[in-house]
Amino acid sequence: MKISYFPGCTLKTTAKNFEDSTLASLKVLGVDLVELPRWNCCGTVYSLATDDLMHHLAPVRDLIRVKEEGAKRVVTLCSMCYNTLKQANDLVKADPEKLEKINQFMYREEVKYDGSVQVSHLLEVLRDEVGWEALKKKVTRPLKGLRIAPYYGCLLLRPTGVALDDPEEPTLLEKVLEALGVEVVDYPYKTECCGSYHTITNVGLVIERTYTILTSASQHGAEAIAVSCPLCDFNLDSRQKEVEDKFSGFEKIPVFYFSQLLSLALGLDVETCRFDLSFVDPYALLQAKSVISEGRS
Amino acid sequence: MRRIGVFICHCGLNIAGVVDVEKLTDEMKTYPGVSYATNYIYMCSDPGQDMLKEVIKEKNLEGVVVAACSPTMHELTFRNTVAQAGLNPYLCEMANIREQCSWVHKDRGVATKKAALSTKTMVEKLKLNRPLSPLTLPLTKRALVIGGGIAGIQAALDIADSGYEVLLLERKQSIGGHMAQLSETFPTLDCPQCIETPKMVQASQHPKIKILAYSELEDVSGYVGNFKVKIKKKASFVDPDKCTGCGQCIEKCPVKVPSEFHALLGQRKAIYTLFPQAVPNKPVIDKENCLYLTKGKCGACAKICSLEAIDFDQKESFVEEDVGAIIIATGYDLMDKARIGEYGYGQYEDVIDGLQIERLLAPTGPTEGEVRRPSDGKIPKEVVFVQCVGSRDPEHHYPYCSKVCCMYTIKQAMLYKHAVPDGQAYVFYMDTRCDGKGYEEFLQRGIEEDGVLYLRGRVSRIFKDGDGLKVWGADTLTRRKIEISADMVVLATAMVPSEGAKELAGKLRLATDEYGFFSEAHPKLRPVESLTAGYFLAGAAQAPRDIPEAVAQASAAASKVVALFSKDNLYHEPIVASVDEEICRGCGQCVETCAYEAIELDPRTKIARVNEVICEGCGACSVACPSGAMQQRNFTRRQILEMVEVATGT
Repeated sequence: MKISYFPGCTLKTTAKNFEDSTLASLKVLGVDLVELPRWNCCGTVYSLATDDLMHHLAPVRDLIRVKEEGAKRVVTLCSMCYNTLKQANDLVKADPEKLEKINQFMYREEVKYDGSVQVSHLLEVLRDEVGWEALKKKVTRPLKGLRIAPYYGCLLLRPTGVALDDPEEPTLLEKVLEALGVEVVDYPYKTECCGSYHTITNVGLVIERTYTILTSASQHGAEAIAVSCPLCDFNLDSRQKEVEDKFSGFEKIPVFYFSQLLSLALGLDVETCRFDLSFVDPYALLQAKSVISEGRS
Repeated sequence: MRRIGVFICHCGLNIAGVVDVEKLTDEMKTYPGVSYATNYIYMCSDPGQDMLKEVIKEKNLEGVVVAACSPTMHELTFRNTVAQAGLNPYLCEMANIREQCSWVHKDRGVATKKAALSTKTMVEKLKLNRPLSPLTLPLTKRALVIGGGIAGIQAALDIADSGYEVLLLERKQSIGGHMAQLSETFPTLDCPQCIETPKMVQASQHPKIKILAYSELEDVSGYVGNFKVKIKKKASFVDPDKCTGCGQCIEKCPVKVPSEFHALLGQRKAIYTLFPQAVPNKPVIDKENCLYLTKGKCGACAKICSLEAIDFDQKESFVEEDVGAIIIATGYDLMDKARIGEYGYGQYEDVIDGLQIERLLAPTGPTEGEVRRPSDGKIPKEVVFVQCVGSRDPEHHYPYCSKVCCMYTIKQAMLYKHAVPDGQAYVFYMDTRCDGKGYEEFLQRGIEEDGVLYLRGRVSRIFKDGDGLKVWGADTLTRRKIEISADMVVLATAMVPSEGAKELAGKLRLATDEYGFFSEAHPKLRPVESLTAGYFLAGAAQAPRDIPEAVAQASAAASKVVALFSKDNLYHEPIVASVDEEICRGCGQCVETCAYEAIELDPRTKIARVNEVICEGCGACSVACPSGAMQQRNFTRRQILEMVEVATGT
C-alpha cells in the first residue's frame, strides 16, 4: 500500500531517527510511504490563528502538492506537522470563502486547492491500515519486561477537532506499545504540555516541566518514555542534563520515538533506530532487558 | 346573513397609528351584508364591550366581525360578549388588523387597504358560519399519578384530600423516590425520615389513594376526562396479601449484590426491600440475581416463610383502570456514569457522585452515617467537591443548570464537616446559585461556621496518587493553579430525566424538550400543564427541581386536576371535522392523515366517523379528503374559497 508522506523539516535533521525507524518498520508492515517530491515547511505554530490567513498558505501549499501527485491522503510523522496541516485543512474545508482567498494568493500554482485531501498521522495508519492484531503477528522480538510510559503531549490531541483520540483519555500509543509486548505505565502527565517552544526563550520552564513529567513517569514505574513528537522528544530528552543539574536526585531515563521501539520489536537492525541521535543513552536499558546484545554509546 | 356588524378597534395607537380607522369604517359600511360599522379606541375595554352588546340588540345584528388583535388574544372575550347579547358565540369572528397588519406595516395607505381586505374576508366567512354549541363529554373523576417520589406523593395527597380517588403508580417496590436516599435536606437539615416518611404513611393509609407499587404504565388511550390506562404489575414473586414484611426471608437469602438504593455503595440481597421505612414494606425478588430463578437452586426464602408468601411461579399481570387526569412525576436521575475521562469518573472508586455521598452521610446508609470512602473504608480527611460536572457544559454534556447542586454541595460539605470535624472540605465552583428562601444564609453558614473552603474555578484533572487522589484545578480569583491531595472527590453531576422517561413520553404522546424533560404548555403562564389536555407535570420530570419547588409544583398540578374534576362535564370546542355521509366514499385518507387518531372508518358502512372530542380541529383531514365529504365546521371549503376570492380581489 502506498501513501503520500509529508516529512517536515525536523524529520530530515534532528529527528532522522524517527524517520528512519518509521520507514523501515512500515516496509515490514507492508506500507510504503512515498515522500512528496516538493514540500515546504508546514508553517508550524504560526498557522494556528484562524483569522490570519497568511500563515495558512504554507500548509495549504503542501496540500496542493499532495493533489498534484494525484493522492487523496497524506500522512505525517511529526505531531506538529500533523496538527498544522490538519488545522489548516479543516479551516478551509469549513469555510469556502477563506479557501477562495488562499487560492487567490497562490495564483502561480496550477492546481487549486479544494479541501479534499485527508491528513493522517502515522498512528492512524497503524490503527486503521495495519491493525493491532496484524501488528502483533509481525512482532519477532517482543519487548517483554520493558516498562514504558507513553507521552502524547498536546499536538496529537488538541484542539479537540483534530484529536486522534479521546483528548482526555487517549489510548492509541498504549495500544501500539502493548502490541509490541511493552508493559505500559499509566501516569497523570501523559497529556500535559512539555513546554513546547518555550525551550528557546524560557528554558527554566521547560526544565521544570521535563522534571515533573519524567519524575511522575518514573514514580509510576516507567523505565523509559515513548513519544511521537520531535519537539517533545527534544525537550524531554536533551533537557535531562539540565534537569539533573537543577534537581538533585533526578535520574535520567531514555526517551524513544515509538517507531524506534516498533523497529526493535519487528526485529530490524538496531542501526535503523539511529540511537546516535539520542541524548540519554538507551543502550544500558535495552541490554538489561535483553532487547539488544551488544553495547555502544 | 344580512345584518352584520363590523367593530373596528384602534387599540390606542397600535392600530389607529398606522391604519386609517375612519376610512376603514366608511368602507365597511358600504360592504354587502354589513348593516352597521363603527370604530372605538379599545374594543376589549368594558365600555367597548357594552357598546357591542347594545348595538347587537339595537340593530338586531345576526353576526359580528371585530377587527382588532389576534383571535388568540381576545376571541374568547368577544364571543362571551356577543353571547351575553343573545347571539350565538360562533357568529362572532375576529379580523386580525394588528399583528398581521398595523404592527408590520408603515405605509398608511397600504395598511388601510390590507385591513379592509382582512376585515372583508372575515365578513365573507361569517356569512356562511353556523351557530354551534360546545360538545359535552363525560368525566371520570379519578387521577393517575405516575411516579411515587416526593412530588408524586404530594400531588396524590392533595387530590385525595379534595375527595377524589388517586392511583399512585411506582415502578420500584416502595414509594419515596430519591428523597428517601438523602441524608438531610437543605436549608434546614431535617432528615427525610422525619419529613418524608410521614407523608408516605399518610398516602398508604389514605382511603382515597391506591398505591400500585412495583408497577409500570403499559399503555394509555382516550382523552382528557376519559383515559383508559393499562398497568403492568411486575412479578415480585412475593404474594403481598400473605406477606407480613417480617424480613426473615431477606436474612436467609445468600445472594449479595450492589444496592441501587445505596447508589451501589452498599449491598442488598436478591430478595429485598428498599429501606426500613419502605411503603409498602413488602420485599420483592430480583429475578436476575435470585439463585432459584436463575439456576433452580436455593429457595431459602421459601423455606423460611411460614406464611408461604414466596411464589416463584408468579407472572406479571395487567390491570386496566379508568382515570380522568394524569400527573407525570417521574423525577430525575444523575447523568449517565459514562466516564468523564479527566475526572476518572467510574475509574476511581473514591470519585463519587452526589447521591453516593448522600448514602455515606445518611445514618441508614452502608456506613451507618460514618463517612468512609469506598476504596478502603478510610475516613477521608481532605474532600474535594466539584460543582457543575456535566451541567452548564454545552460543548460536552448539558447546557442547562441542574439547579440543586449548589445547595446540596454546601449541605454535603457541612454534613461532612459535622461527621469529620478535623477534615477539610473544598468546593470548586463557577458561581453559587442560592436563590431560594434561606439558601444564601445556609451557604454563608457553611463557609463561616463550618469552614468549607470555596475555590472559584474548574477542575482540570483528577488522578490516582498513591492511595489517594490528586486534584488539579484553577483558582480564578487568585489566578493560581491549585493542586490538592484529596482522599475523596464528590462530583455534582448533572440531573437528567429519569430512566424510561423518554419511553413514557412516547406512550403518552407527550412533548419533551431535547434532553427528555417533559414540556410544559407555557413556560410562564401554564407551568404545570402539559400541551395535551388532561396531563399535568410535577417535580423534576419537567426540569431540575429541589424539594420545595417539586412539592409546590405538585400541589399546583393537583389543584389543576381538582379544578378539572370540579365540573360535572367537560366541554370541547365544536369547531371540529364532520363528514357528509352522502358524499364520503370511504377511501380512508382522512384516517391516515389524522395526527390525533380521531377518525375511523365505520366497519360496516365504510364511512368515516369523527370522534369529535378527540378532534383538535386542525383541518388536515378536510384538506386530504378528495371528495370534499370531510369539512371542518365553520371552516368549510366554500367559506375558505370565498375568503380567498375577497383577499385576492378576484
